[in-house]
Amino acid sequence: MSVEILKEKYRSKVGEVVLGATSEQGGTRTNTVTLGGESTLPFLHFEGEVPNKPVVAMEVWDKRPDTWNQLFENYYGDVYDDPAEWAKKCVNEYGAEVITLRLQSADPETTDASPEECAENVKKVLQAVGVPLIVLGCGNNEKDNQVMPKVGEAAEGENLLLGVAEQENYKAITSACMAHGHNIIAQSPIDINICKQLNILILEMSQALANKIVIDPTVAALGYGIEYSYSIMERARLGALQGDKMLAMPTIGNIGMEVWKTKEANISEEEQPGWGELEERGLLWEASTAMVYLQSGINLLVMRHPRAVEITKSHIEDLMKDNSY
Amino acid sequence: MIIIGERINGMFTDIKNAISNEDPAAVQEWAKKQKEGGARYLDINVGPGSANPKEAMKFLIEATQEVSDLPLCLDSTNYDVIEEGLKVCKNPAMINSVPAEPDKMDRVFSLAKEFDAEVIGLAKNQEGIPKDAESRMALAMELVATADAYGISADMLYIDPLVLPCNVAQDHGPEVFETLRQIKLVSDPPPKTVVGLSNISQGGIKNRELVNRTFAVMAMANGLDAAIADADDEELIAAVATARIILNMDIYCDSYIDVFKQQ
Repeated sequence: MSVEILKEKYRSKVGEVVLGATSEQGGTRTNTVTLGGESTLPFLHFEGEVPNKPVVAMEVWDKRPDTWNQLFENYYGDVYDDPAEWAKKCVNEYGAEVITLRLQSADPETTDASPEECAENVKKVLQAVGVPLIVLGCGNNEKDNQVMPKVGEAAEGENLLLGVAEQENYKAITSACMAHGHNIIAQSPIDINICKQLNILILEMSQALANKIVIDPTVAALGYGIEYSYSIMERARLGALQGDKMLAMPTIGNIGMEVWKTKEANISEEEQPGWGELEERGLLWEASTAMVYLQSGINLLVMRHPRAVEITKSHIEDLMKDNSY
Repeated sequence: MIIIGERINGMFTDIKNAISNEDPAAVQEWAKKQKEGGARYLDINVGPGSANPKEAMKFLIEATQEVSDLPLCLDSTNYDVIEEGLKVCKNPAMINSVPAEPDKMDRVFSLAKEFDAEVIGLAKNQEGIPKDAESRMALAMELVATADAYGISADMLYIDPLVLPCNVAQDHGPEVFETLRQIKLVSDPPPKTVVGLSNISQGGIKNRELVNRTFAVMAMANGLDAAIADADDEELIAAVATARIILNMDIYCDSYIDVFKQQ
């Protein structure tokens, strides 16, 4: 008697979002990246389609990141003051598939760079690398709302991924994406209800953004509530597969930023001899966190440590091997 | 719960006039309005006393399909009319309806097989509508078993346990709910369930809309999958959307009522 393998059949699938545009498409990228499109839970190739592999982006700031752990000096110290060179190094030496440029220089509390200067930094990075670009603000809503329209305009045609839109502050960035044809990050604070509502609010402003939203459900680092983020992402993905169009978007997570805030990735071996060598501990913390989110269905990981990126990319390669039967 | 919009029915004057004047405007307006209201199927019924019901059915279907891609639920006791209708449907349709009577089941299940249509099966036969849940279940099982013999999977079948006005037959209410629960146990996959919602409030009942929507959410809690209902009744739709949240069928967000209407 033959054994029948039980397979779940879902009604719907995750939408696809394309980042970047080549010269034929009106941009200057050497390649584009497609996110999403799954018709099953993560990596169940035997059950449905996983047409696009998860992608690793690396984080670049447009000013020297004084808050980063000193160990990053060894990798980026020589390019900290030049975002274009920094981005180039991430792509050429460390295998970044997408660059995330954080416009930290705009922060009114510190350097308070003008929107025009920020837009100039975006253009420099676009010239330096051929991969698609994610551009994030400094985190000050008022300032970011001035910066993003300029960035959107300066990079028109490049099909950037701009972030972030939040429930209480989404109109300016949504307008910038609508006007200049960019993708948008919709960020919610580990809350599936707000996640869904924000997508609705953005789409009420513009149906043209229907295939241009990437969900940032907010990720927590390993040991800092990872199970909450995970369960929200799993529930959203199940909702998407069961036909909830307002949750059927690819997802992004700022893994590096969250991990390198934790004490496990920052306390020295001298202080905690039992914890082992700091750098190895930190990068494994980052890679492990990434692996957990891959199992939740994350599509785009923003990371920092080159070795963690390498481990994660190799793990993705293994996960993408066909296991259908 | 899936709403099958009830409004394209020749028993309403505007649709009756549309048929006699061959003017599709009113039909098309209701097709669009019901979809916006939250309907996911559109019931098509030529109404009583139509001179040429086959032509009227074709007219209503074609008028509707010009403006809507929703699947249609062809509503007639005359199976020749249904057959004519099925021939012009662009999408697989639903046949509304067949009682558990051998000759009628033979005709309808053969049509359903030929046109890949879903079928509403009524829990009644020549002897009428039974009162208790056990007798309703016996008829439901007859429908499921007969459909299976024609190669129609149980999940293509919507069993209507049949609802009577709550002032006439109050004792039927609990039996209907019991039937809705038990139907899910008869096969794997189980058949789906449907009711004609407004039947609960026919015959001079006060607060009709309140009675309809209260019945709707109670039936949903007992597993009801679909209802032929007024998609233009905003409070009904809001109650159904809310019940879906409470039953964990949809994920909550502040705009969940709008989302229900759109999806």
